[in-house]
Amino acid sequence: MTRYRLRGVALHAVLVLALLVFMFPFVWTIIMASNTTADIYRFPPKFSFGGHFGDNVRHVLDNVAFFQSMANTATVAISTTLLVLFFDSLAAFTFAKFRFPGRNALFVVLLATMLLPAQLAAVPQFQTMAILGWVGSLKALIIPGAANAFGIFWMRQYFKNSIHDELVEAATLDGCGFFGTYWHVALPSARPALAFLGIFTFVGSWNDYMWPLIVLTNPDHVTLQVALSTLNRAHGVDYSMVMTGALMAMVPLVIIFAVFARQFIKGATEGAVRG
Amino acid sequence: MTATATVSRVTVTAGPVRRRIWSYWRFYLALSPFYVLFAVFGLYPMVSTIVLAFQRWDGLSARKFTGLDNFAFLIQDPTFWTALENTVVLFLMSTVPTLVLALVLAVMLQSAVRFTNVYRIAYFIPNVTSLVAMAIFFSSVFSTNFGLVNAALRSLGIPQQDWLGQPWGIKIAISTMIVWQWVGYNTLIYLAGLQAIPKEQYEAAKVDGAGAVRTFFSITLPQLRPVVLFTVIMSTIGGLQTFTEPQVMVGNSGGTGQSGMTVVLFFYRAAFLDNDYGYAAAIALSIFVLVLLFTAINWRIFRERSEDR
Repeated sequence: MTRYRLRGVALHAVLVLALLVFMFPFVWTIIMASNTTADIYRFPPKFSFGGHFGDNVRHVLDNVAFFQSMANTATVAISTTLLVLFFDSLAAFTFAKFRFPGRNALFVVLLATMLLPAQLAAVPQFQTMAILGWVGSLKALIIPGAANAFGIFWMRQYFKNSIHDELVEAATLDGCGFFGTYWHVALPSARPALAFLGIFTFVGSWNDYMWPLIVLTNPDHVTLQVALSTLNRAHGVDYSMVMTGALMAMVPLVIIFAVFARQFIKGATEGAVRG
Repeated sequence: MTATATVSRVTVTAGPVRRRIWSYWRFYLALSPFYVLFAVFGLYPMVSTIVLAFQRWDGLSARKFTGLDNFAFLIQDPTFWTALENTVVLFLMSTVPTLVLALVLAVMLQSAVRFTNVYRIAYFIPNVTSLVAMAIFFSSVFSTNFGLVNAALRSLGIPQQDWLGQPWGIKIAISTMIVWQWVGYNTLIYLAGLQAIPKEQYEAAKVDGAGAVRTFFSITLPQLRPVVLFTVIMSTIGGLQTFTEPQVMVGNSGGTGQSGMTVVLFFYRAAFLDNDYGYAAAIALSIFVLVLLFTAINWRIFRERSEDR
């Protein structure tokens, strides 16, 4: 009995230690963001929260168009997510529940596109943006990512397993057209899958760095990640301010993640085991 | 047709004559967004990349066909080899510890009964955290003058290191960040894999008198192989495309001795700082080949092992 107890304690000791390691950067970021840069430069380092968070926030706002950048990031992340949820689930529902000429061929093409690395296309894609006049515009971030193969593939699996053909048929007999059936039957029943795909897309879009860095050529009109990188490059020595900016950039996402964490983790790990 | 016929059969047999293709227009319309976007922003750019790799172009003047010049230059470019070596070294330095730690934590997490949800959420958070913010954080931790790592060394009486100013320091800083960001994610993937192993197998092993270590190597690991393959392939694809960490931590130059220069950073510089688009396209193609090669190697290793059994 005591031996098992001891093992349990040791087990949780290691698991908690890992948890502390994973959480430490957040705590340390808050410590740096609430102290002055002079405090950070001290030895031994100060391990407590300070009272300078407000000042640091003000410095961030003075040096970078923080709210503008955050609004840009939010615009991109929200529009991309909504578009992906709509287009992917509609295509997935069609693939999962209907038969039409060329269906299998189209699906194979879809799967094949998942193997192609995105940055292979970066140079000509920039040229395409230039032709469309989208360089520097948020459209360049939203439109190319408005539908993706992964989401369609993932949602299709869900529709196949969770919606009975009888249900779709009943809806059709009730006079729901194709779109009506999608809207009234398929979408409401796919909430868990939509939640996962939504968070996955939102997080990816919020944290995207390379493509915004390339295509948003006007330094006053960038996303949060690019603004943060610029802040770091220009004021790297003012650590308390830069860390405050980093903190402000990641807090919204951490909150959103915490709210949906269970569904998200379930979705993220299920695919790996099934596949 | 009976009332229980499936929708798809209803669709197909609705008329005696084969329905004309335009009668399915709703379905094609529903699928069109993805295919249109892929054609414009995926397929077309990829094909042009292949063409561009055989041309010389600065983005302004006319394109000039130069045959294999870009590739010939590439294999003689020392920076390319440095970038290639760095990418592979960084990939190994980050992936091996990540997957080993993740497996250990997953096995432990599986035998934990309480607080498992707290652990799962906390372990996953690093994976959804902004790469830029964390790259800034890790460069402060490894900073020479006030970084935590040097503060710890100093209090132990060990001389301080200029981590981000020397080749190995840069690699250690970058891979530490990658490990931190990916251990939790892989832990949860392994945990899901572990939970999918049938309990009977463990009970049978127990009856046969197999110890914990024996059980782990003869049941857990073989059963987990597909999941391990998945994590290795995902880490390979991600690891070979490392960009944000070095770009934010040591800048576009790749830092001292170009020690943080990865192939994707090299590509980014050629394309968007030097405007040498043809050369960049050749680099992009080589990255693609590299990813394919590594994926094939992973696949082979795991396939051969399972055939041995």
